[in-house]
Amino acid sequence: MVTQKSPYPYWFVLPAAIVFSVLFLAPTFASFWFSLTRWDLFSAVFIGLENYRQFLREPFLIQGTVNTLIYAITTSATKSVLGLLLAVLLTSGIWAQGFLRTIVFFPVLVSTIGIGITFAVLMHPTNGMINVALSAIGLPGPGWLTDPSLALYSVILVDLWKGVGLATLIYIAGLATISQDYYEAARIDGATRTQMFFRVTVPLVRPATVTVVTLSLIGGLRSFDLIWAMTRGGPGFSSDVLASVIYKQYQAGFYGLSTAGNVILFLLIALIILPLTAWFNRREVDL
Amino acid sequence: MRMTARTILAALLAGLLASAAHADVTLTILADTNPETISFLDVLTKAYSEKRPDISFDIENRAGGAEGDNIVKTRLATGEMADIFQYNTGSLFKALKPENTLADLSGLQNAGNISENFKPVVSAADGSVRGVPFGPAMGGGIFYNRKIYAELGLQVPKTWADFIANSEKAKAAGKVGIAQTYGDTWTSQLFVLADFYNVKAAAPSFAKDFTENKAKFATTPAAAKGFERLEQTGKAGLFNADFGAAKFDDGMRMVATGEAAHYPMLTFGIGNVAQNYPDNLADLGFFAQPGDDAAKNGLTVWMPSALYSPSSAENGEEAKKFLDWVASKEACELMAKAVPSGPYLIKDCQLPADVPQAVKDMLPYFEAEGGTAPALEFLSPVKGPALEQITVEVGSGIRPAVEAVALYDQDVEKQAKQLGLPNW
Repeated sequence: MVTQKSPYPYWFVLPAAIVFSVLFLAPTFASFWFSLTRWDLFSAVFIGLENYRQFLREPFLIQGTVNTLIYAITTSATKSVLGLLLAVLLTSGIWAQGFLRTIVFFPVLVSTIGIGITFAVLMHPTNGMINVALSAIGLPGPGWLTDPSLALYSVILVDLWKGVGLATLIYIAGLATISQDYYEAARIDGATRTQMFFRVTVPLVRPATVTVVTLSLIGGLRSFDLIWAMTRGGPGFSSDVLASVIYKQYQAGFYGLSTAGNVILFLLIALIILPLTAWFNRREVDL
Repeated sequence: MRMTARTILAALLAGLLASAAHADVTLTILADTNPETISFLDVLTKAYSEKRPDISFDIENRAGGAEGDNIVKTRLATGEMADIFQYNTGSLFKALKPENTLADLSGLQNAGNISENFKPVVSAADGSVRGVPFGPAMGGGIFYNRKIYAELGLQVPKTWADFIANSEKAKAAGKVGIAQTYGDTWTSQLFVLADFYNVKAAAPSFAKDFTENKAKFATTPAAAKGFERLEQTGKAGLFNADFGAAKFDDGMRMVATGEAAHYPMLTFGIGNVAQNYPDNLADLGFFAQPGDDAAKNGLTVWMPSALYSPSSAENGEEAKKFLDWVASKEACELMAKAVPSGPYLIKDCQLPADVPQAVKDMLPYFEAEGGTAPALEFLSPVKGPALEQITVEVGSGIRPAVEAVALYDQDVEKQAKQLGLPNW
């Protein structure tokens, strides 16, 4: 392998390197140190791995981790399937295509907190518009956000509504790069529409799939704002995810402990995403 | 007028002299946005500016709750705190490291006016006073609707069993027996926290033993009872249908307007009703959370927040002078007139004659010998941060009280370790 000499002198990268070190590298390494201390902002006392021990004993950590995985996998899988289907629909030249694309994409532009607060009102068990509408047609509405077995899934639903537009947009861009020649060849060979979708579209839209899955998986693993705005991890602890467990430690003033939690979350995301991207990239080379 | 060099010079000199004689000072204040806080600051700063025309105020608002805690701690730790700030007393105050961060106020002229009951909750480890009381003492107990009580011929309950019986009767009459509002999770803690008078009556040394890690909630039957009582009310189906989503405002509305017979809450809820439902204020009554023994009936009391000045204050001397005045009878009575919702903690400070009914119901507890006990958070720095989620679970029937108590002990242990307390 030949290393090519960079065409730029080193001082050229200095400004960016300084900004990167001061604002990103230094805090990252500082957080590793603070995660080993009992830190109340006024002073930090070194206590070794005690914070990690405490955090891993946190009663809701197991449930929080399971919830995080459910949340990340469900939203990421559904967004890629729905996103692809919507993208195919919205590139098929149907009536008012541009307008429908706008409608699908619109929720992406709205503030997550705003969406959370709005849906919390819509999902109110007795006065919320959803349950009022359901009872008007004689159906008993569930406690969307107050039933502990349902709360997490209600938030997931809202996350899908908000996030599917971005997945669709990425897929529309991905579909545009597929040459019409493939479809023409398939048609000449007598392929059905279903066959064309599974044998031509799905394999060739892979780069878009990689982007959608990776982005939504990372987004799902560290999701916080929507959950916090809608349920604050409740009722009780039933919709807690890792990020909300960490935030609660911070709220309680346990800064060292919450930093330890963030280091754990960082490692967990790295553990899941690194092999996944490596796998995706290898498959791409094979193609 | 044509300004000659001489007149400009004269004006400059005059200005310099004047400012040297009494410099105009702007005191900055950081406070939360409760309606009571706003009206207190309004009357206090107005009156003080009249006495001292050279002082003006710049009031900055902050969030309340845990978010507010973080704002206060961060600003103190970075030396960016306002000249004066309002903050909780008791265990939250102790977490500010007052010996290092707050100005010592024990030398103030009016420091002697501050009630002996209040001093411990704003004292640093060395015993010096660091804050002046900002508002009335509050009771934690149960609001009830007097109209419902009159219609159904109910008596104010002195035992827990009577309280449940009253709630059942209200439910049978088509009312909500007990309002609960878990949309604001903190409101779910009341049955546990307001039970502390009863805990103390049964286990007088609990607060001390608890702090020293010698007593636990799970192993002290009297302490676990608050959780069991909450569980009992939930299982009996006495709550409003939307208890999981309703908020504090809804709870006060329900009990004031007669939708619900009871709502366990701190007495600062009186201010909420006075503002939102003034016509119903006379229907709002209050009693202490009853225990098992009618002879040992008393009220669990919360101390108000306090005003502090950081040791890094830019205008430290003027800030202290202002705080000194706030601790005077004159300033206290201005506050008492603005918010007459409980007894104030400055010597000889009188409430106005026409206080709301719920305050009239509360005052006898303070006048009786041993009629009140401070809440646990004013006797011990130990308080688990997850209590409000745990009590939501107990009230909603997600987790049985027995397990909840054990879980809370675990939560408490974490907090004590994070505070670095001895014996933990």
